[in-house]
Amino acid sequence: MEIHLKIWRQKNQESKGALKNYTLTEVNPAMSFLEMLDMLNLKLAKNGELPVEFDHDCREGICGQCGMMINGIAHGPLKNTTTCQLHMRSFKDGDTIYIEPFRAKAFPIIRDLKVDRTSLDTIIAAGGYISVNTGQAPEANSIPVTHHEAESAFDAAACIGCGACVASCKNASAALFTASKISHFANLPQGKKESAERTVKMVNRMDELDFGHCTNTEACQVECPQDISVLHIARMNYEYNKAKIKKI
Amino acid sequence: MAKDIHANIPQGDLKDKWSNYKNQAKLVSPNNRKKLDIIVVGTGLAGASAAASLAEMGYNIKSFCFQDSPRRAHSVAAQGGVNAMKNYKNDGDSVYRMFYDTLKGGDFRSREANTYRLAECSASLIDQAVAQGVPFGREYSGYLRNRSFGGVQVSRTFYARGQTGQQLLLGSYQALMRQTEAGKVQLFARHEMLELITIDGKAKGIIARNLDTGKLEPHSAHAVVLATGGFGKIYYLSTLAMGCNASAVWRAHKKGAWMANPSWTQIHPTSLPQSGTYQSKLTLMSESLRNDGRIWVPKDKKENRKPNEIPEEERDYYLERKYPAFGNLAPRDIASRSAKEQIDAGKGVGPLKNAVYLDFKHALKEHGKEIISERYDNLFKMYEKITGVNAYKEPMKISPAAHFSMGGLWVDYDLQTNIPGLFAIGEANFSDHGANRLGANSLLQACVDGYYIVPYTLQNYLADQIQVEKPAINHPAFIASVKEIKAQLQEFIQNKGNKTAEEYHRELGKILYDKCGLSRSKKGLEEAITSIKTLRKNFSENLLVPGKEEEINSELEKAGRVKDYLELAELMCLDALHREESCGAHFREEHQTSEGEAKRNDKDFCYSAAWEWNKTASTPILHKEPLVFEFVKPTKRNYK
Amino acid sequence: MALTGLFLCFFLIIHLLGNLQLLLPQEKAQLQYNAYSAFLSGNILIKVVSYVLYATIILHSIDAVYLSIKAKKAAGKSYAKDKRNRASTWYSRQMMLLGHIVFAFLVIHFKDFWFPYKFTKMPTDLQGNKDLYTLVVLAFQELWYVILYAVAILALGFHLLHGFFSAHRSLGLYHPYYNKIIKYIGVVFAAVMTFGYLIIPFYLYLKV
Repeated sequence: MEIHLKIWRQKNQESKGALKNYTLTEVNPAMSFLEMLDMLNLKLAKNGELPVEFDHDCREGICGQCGMMINGIAHGPLKNTTTCQLHMRSFKDGDTIYIEPFRAKAFPIIRDLKVDRTSLDTIIAAGGYISVNTGQAPEANSIPVTHHEAESAFDAAACIGCGACVASCKNASAALFTASKISHFANLPQGKKESAERTVKMVNRMDELDFGHCTNTEACQVECPQDISVLHIARMNYEYNKAKIKKI
Repeated sequence: MAKDIHANIPQGDLKDKWSNYKNQAKLVSPNNRKKLDIIVVGTGLAGASAAASLAEMGYNIKSFCFQDSPRRAHSVAAQGGVNAMKNYKNDGDSVYRMFYDTLKGGDFRSREANTYRLAECSASLIDQAVAQGVPFGREYSGYLRNRSFGGVQVSRTFYARGQTGQQLLLGSYQALMRQTEAGKVQLFARHEMLELITIDGKAKGIIARNLDTGKLEPHSAHAVVLATGGFGKIYYLSTLAMGCNASAVWRAHKKGAWMANPSWTQIHPTSLPQSGTYQSKLTLMSESLRNDGRIWVPKDKKENRKPNEIPEEERDYYLERKYPAFGNLAPRDIASRSAKEQIDAGKGVGPLKNAVYLDFKHALKEHGKEIISERYDNLFKMYEKITGVNAYKEPMKISPAAHFSMGGLWVDYDLQTNIPGLFAIGEANFSDHGANRLGANSLLQACVDGYYIVPYTLQNYLADQIQVEKPAINHPAFIASVKEIKAQLQEFIQNKGNKTAEEYHRELGKILYDKCGLSRSKKGLEEAITSIKTLRKNFSENLLVPGKEEEINSELEKAGRVKDYLELAELMCLDALHREESCGAHFREEHQTSEGEAKRNDKDFCYSAAWEWNKTASTPILHKEPLVFEFVKPTKRNYK
Repeated sequence: MALTGLFLCFFLIIHLLGNLQLLLPQEKAQLQYNAYSAFLSGNILIKVVSYVLYATIILHSIDAVYLSIKAKKAAGKSYAKDKRNRASTWYSRQMMLLGHIVFAFLVIHFKDFWFPYKFTKMPTDLQGNKDLYTLVVLAFQELWYVILYAVAILALGFHLLHGFFSAHRSLGLYHPYYNKIIKYIGVVFAAVMTFGYLIIPFYLYLKV
């Protein structure tokens, strides 16, 4: 099939950047979206042009490194799918596809479609863990965790840290990302102990970085590859408010 | 030149060795630890857990990864689970049995003491992971749940849905991030190690390239830990991530570190089949699917009905037929090779006739859709996303794919390479899995190496380094290396040929998969070596790398990796060629029983082959580490 | 945002209940409504509450402006092709716009009713109370004024449709079941408020 591409090209953070047009004629519908970009890059390289820089690694939807706006939607038209798992059979012959980087102040563009998502790591560093050193752990079965608790914790812990929530949010808020970690631990007996401290630290860190505020539009859940529920954001708010009230 | 080498295995009974070691290992007092710097390359389970644990102890860590965040290392993709000897099921498990299963699974080609230690430390890993908040599967009572996995007859696999690797990795990643916040770890994401620096024979630092700016950065330290994973991506089509590479390991090898058993690559039986030439990777479907799925091919080669229309009596459940005791849970090498046999015999299914069926019809009938979907729903969804087929209704099509490198840097019992101060942990080393790795043992090994072993053994080394200043980064060794790498990078760019690194990689992968993959022969390997040499020559003359060197340039990154692959590939073939026996994943067509099973040769090949770099890729020197079985007697591996 | 919002929601209920007296037969409505107004402005407790109310409106607005500025700063360059709206409702994204309309309306509302009542000499009714009723009724004889009012109330309605459940989320209501209930109550609340406030101007315009 023939595919027309409009891809954002930007040399570095400071430069201006613009959409550039490309056409591929021999796209196979069974190709993954990234394989289609591989095909374009091979063509560009052979023509002496610079290939399009984009992030990707595992190509099976779990590492969270790939991510771009495809026709104005994070990770493209399919729900709960990462860019690497999107296949060209989702498009029609002759389609024009816009490809842009995730845009948010907290995700500065490195080049073309590559953005810097270090800010997400920084949020985790603020408190996204249970403070246990290697060697301190008690026998695993001494902390029973009900099936339900474990499942709820998992629902939140499934986050792959791709940043689609931020890119999809009109406020560029990282609430869903932050909340998923807070909620993961708040659901577990071993994580509850430092929930208050963790929540306040992580939420404050999120606010210090260049993220916006959550206004519950719920777009993040819709575009989340892991379908992480916005109710985790409510859980984060609960933990945060509780911590603040306790302090008073 | 060749010599017998020894692994510094502590004295004592098998079950006392590790405690004896720990009792006698040298220590560094807490106030001295902050004077010691350690470089850890790689942030997968092994790297992140080592970096976090060492930082908690008080050392200064520099942690490197090529991904944009440490959380993306490919441990994240492991699906099925992690083995540990807890015997929660009361089904007869013990440390000894786990050790024996692993040793036998590896076809008696691993070191007894290392393998035993792996089993011994496995239980604490589960404790650690639970304390970190890893949401393992639970019974309704709140206690941990287990499932069984290939190659064993007990249930000792712990799992977190189909995302066990992700959850374990997040645990260690978070521990790592906690230490960055505490200032004990300096994180260098989007940095790729391009050289190991040795001074006076000791590992003292690395040169890393900042992938965002293209700048080369020297980093010095008192010790270097490589946790850079496996190199199965050398086959191009593999279950590995696109960025996985051999470069860190290979460049250490060229600096003198030995590579052991490099040709032993596990070909995973349950991956999705290749569907076209454009394909960049093969997606793995967790082996846990074999717990409930049954593998079959049509009995008739010319079968062209849809799978559901083929009646039971016309199906060949070949694993159940050939290995009644283990059936669909036969170890990976056996399952893969059996699949290849069927495919080679023309019974393969799918448009390219390159797959076998994995059928859930019976399990769905027995357990109901709810249970099956709780166990595997994410895998079924993934399958549908990629293939467009609903596996609740129609059998999956699976085929073997390159997956795990049992081989790697040679290490002794301390996980130290032959270069003092250079440690290799996780998949990057060779030690625990022998010639075939059992399912759910890779997560285990990575974690055990990082959390429990290297913190002791590295400290044992560092105890003698307190008085030694780490070298300045303007030491001549660093300056010379930077210059050399720069020249190499410039050469790539100035070459201006007409073939990209990716194209070379595809060609190399095909050669290796055909000739040094599931089955190998003298003739095939010799042909492969010739083709690799030709390809390498062509690469040096005809490589095309667009862009510049001091900027972000993913083509340049690939070029360096493929150059290393082209050298490593030859070593793999030489290794496979020299080993005139079949063992585990290494199947030499010349050495098989009349039933087509692997025929081991303990008399001549009961050793690990450690290869030393010697000027060119074609002239390595072989050293042998004899495998001494003091406590178990190698037997014929039998899963029938 | 959530606390001030919910307080304003509470006020809306009280205000509506009071204003529904306007729907009574004219004679009765005039006396009762004016008496009610006089009672409100005379009661010290109500006075305190009303200052809290003014403060809440201001706080709610300031907070909104702050969050909008923050969001604007946080957003990167705009997308050349932006289809993100498929994932959320238009009114949840346009809370600021809806808020602006409501705020503009409030200014007019204060100027037309609150200011004259508080600070000017007004004719009185039979009981001697200031005749707010007539002021209101006269205002709603103008069609353009009724339409303006209706637009503002619709804006308020959508503002509530998102704001009511969103406020509960921000306060931390995370249980899925109660969230369902709150979402349902929110819809009913927004509908009742919209209908209730709309019916008054139209009734006065058509009836009187």
